[in-house]
Amino acid sequence: MRFRIYRYDPEKDAKPRLQEYDIALDPHDRMLLDALIRLKATDDSLAFRRSCREGVCGSDAMNINGKNGLACITNLKNLKEPVDLRPLPGLPVIRDLIVDMSQFFKQYHSVRPYLVNDTPPPERERLQSPAAREQLDGLYECILCACCSTACPSFWWNPDKFVGPAGLLQAYRFIADSRDHDVNQRLDNLEDPYRLFRCHTIMNCVDVCPKNLNPTLAIEKIKDLMVKRTV
Amino acid sequence: MTVPVRQFDAVIVGAGGAGMRAAIELAEAGLSVAVLSKVFPTRSHTVAAQGGIGASLGNMSDDNWLWHMYDTIKGSDWLGDQDAIEYMCRMAPQVVYELEHFGMPFDRNADGTIYQRPFGGHSANFGERPVQRACAAADRTGHALLHTLYQRNVRERTQFFVEWMALDLVRDAEGAVLGVVAMEMETGDVYVLQAKATIFATGGAGRIFAASTNAFINTGDGLGMTARAGLPLEDMEFWQFHPTGVAGAGVLITEGVRGEGGILLNCNGERFMERYAPNLKDLASRDIVSRSMDQEIKEGRGCGPHKDYVLLKLDHLGPDVIMKRLPSIREIAIKFANADPIKEPIPVVPTIHYMMGGIPTNIHGQVVAPRHGDPGVVVEGLYAVGECACVSVHGANRLGTNSLLDLLVFGRAAGDFIVSRNLAALAHKALPPDAGDASLARLARLDAATSGERVADVGNELRRTMQSHCGVFRNEALLAEGVAKVMELEDRVARSAIDDKSRTFNTARVEALELDNLIEVAKATIVSALARHESRGAQARSDYPNRDDVHWLKHTLWYREGNRLDYKPVHLTPLSVESFPPKARTY
Repeated sequence: MRFRIYRYDPEKDAKPRLQEYDIALDPHDRMLLDALIRLKATDDSLAFRRSCREGVCGSDAMNINGKNGLACITNLKNLKEPVDLRPLPGLPVIRDLIVDMSQFFKQYHSVRPYLVNDTPPPERERLQSPAAREQLDGLYECILCACCSTACPSFWWNPDKFVGPAGLLQAYRFIADSRDHDVNQRLDNLEDPYRLFRCHTIMNCVDVCPKNLNPTLAIEKIKDLMVKRTV
Repeated sequence: MTVPVRQFDAVIVGAGGAGMRAAIELAEAGLSVAVLSKVFPTRSHTVAAQGGIGASLGNMSDDNWLWHMYDTIKGSDWLGDQDAIEYMCRMAPQVVYELEHFGMPFDRNADGTIYQRPFGGHSANFGERPVQRACAAADRTGHALLHTLYQRNVRERTQFFVEWMALDLVRDAEGAVLGVVAMEMETGDVYVLQAKATIFATGGAGRIFAASTNAFINTGDGLGMTARAGLPLEDMEFWQFHPTGVAGAGVLITEGVRGEGGILLNCNGERFMERYAPNLKDLASRDIVSRSMDQEIKEGRGCGPHKDYVLLKLDHLGPDVIMKRLPSIREIAIKFANADPIKEPIPVVPTIHYMMGGIPTNIHGQVVAPRHGDPGVVVEGLYAVGECACVSVHGANRLGTNSLLDLLVFGRAAGDFIVSRNLAALAHKALPPDAGDASLARLARLDAATSGERVADVGNELRRTMQSHCGVFRNEALLAEGVAKVMELEDRVARSAIDDKSRTFNTARVEALELDNLIEVAKATIVSALARHESRGAQARSDYPNRDDVHWLKHTLWYREGNRLDYKPVHLTPLSVESFPPKARTY
């Protein structure tokens, strides 16, 4: 199978280049990651992240034929050749398919992604109704792969100011949690021309999310709450 | 050559569940802590755990930590240490409640309590009937747990060293551990991270086998470092085969599927577990279900064109239960097996999943090694928690859901114990003059090697060898041949080479360094397995089909030097309750 892969090693390359490969696949090779591992066994200089190989750790996000996705759950059968592989767009490239995700995680951390509830905890669990717990479905499953934020033009333009879809999805995950007591501060933290309101509902995030989550919907819900508390 | 030194009160190697649970205690106490991880913390392999956390909350029906303790001891085939097991099962409700208070999104019952599902080997009243003990967040419990612990660490401002790999331990002449040598992957820079407490939480090593549910990062780094430092590894012959890995792909399908009512079928459509375990059937412990599946396949009752797998049927649960309780399983089955479990069964085979053995510790997480006839002498400054440790709560076979519990209980215990030692008031001990030299030599060899076998080829050969010589059923001839092959592979590992000489994010170099750890784990495993002349838990010897408590109710200790084996007694005396003496194990 034919591949065209973005290569860049700052120690050797003045600028990035595209390298073509023909990979002889094994009949058991099912996913794009299988092909990359087969390739790496012959050219060990190709650098990419990977770990769980089942779509739950979020390591192997990359730009595959122009669309962000996880290599480990992208079936080779569905890919047009030559398969064009590039690093996630909009983030600095460290080497080959490995990007520097500091900015992405900085935005995630900026939403205070942890439960805030300063009442003394009971001896047992805090109770939560099944209906209240359901509010977290579609939110807590995020794997922080960054496919969404690096597909978002608003994030490309303002990665330092716009929280981005992944961070906002997690902001809403805590706003929506009946056990969290910090909704107002969480909204204050996003009330800013950039942090939340740079989302222009382009919905690339929804289109690429490998876990089928919907950051745009979460963002809309945060905006609704903002409006509700001002009236 | 000198290596730059950075000093901390504590260094934690590994940011999975155990490392991050320990980190919370240390960070809350205001210690200076460095948590190293080869991957961003939420990418650690804890993320792949699915089914649940065992704790006798009693939310669904009566439950009791003593019943949980009994199930764990029986599951361990009496090789587990009963003091450690009592400690874990008694602590279980508390650590689960704490996790809930941290924000863990558990599924809920109508009364608002945490939802618990049935799981393999979990019973009420000492084996009488199944009990719902597995606290679950759909089939993403590990993911939810790992993210919750990371989030709590963000709150505590824990200092993470992301994409750093620890290479070797630093020990002084007295044997005290003074930290680790570590490499920053992005730059290739090497440092000594000096610490008054070094905590290994490096997880499992399932990548010594060809077919494994484990992530690529599970290369036994803590075990390799421990073995190279001259310390023993315990009970390494005991590796759990999870009954339900997707055939061909190895990806895990949680036991929670059977907990929710899924069943295993052979090619005749027979629910064969009724024959092997009349009481708990498909929810017998994992070693028994895996062996039964292998037996069915061996006797020609496997499914598919090659009759080499069995089927996991769950369509009878209905789409609502599958979508609510097992949504990720459905995704995995569709992606990796072309089967939508709402309509059709999933082809599954027993797949390497979990390492019961590891670095020997006591219940405070302190690493112990025999000295002057005492098997429990503490190695000053070194701790191990989670899958890399052998405390030993899992003995010869781990009960499902006890791995996540182990992480929480012993991560917390080690953290608390270290806090109690008031490290901030202690001075750093002097580093030995050769600190870092061994690691630099390993890196220099890789830099200098211009020809040699490829790391990937040697690694694949090691995995194939372990798979065919150290699988579900073992015997003397197979194991002895395997030992010879693995020893030969050790020489090939030492001569293997990489083409990539870059310092920037050199993943080839990382894989070569990992192979140094894999080979230690493989040797420990197969040498220990060859020596143990009995069948117990996950070690099934066709030439020694019975458990032999007279000769083998003891823990194995393997030393790297000379492949030496030693043994130490099992702790049969719990902390406060009566001992559970060994008896015949039926489900």
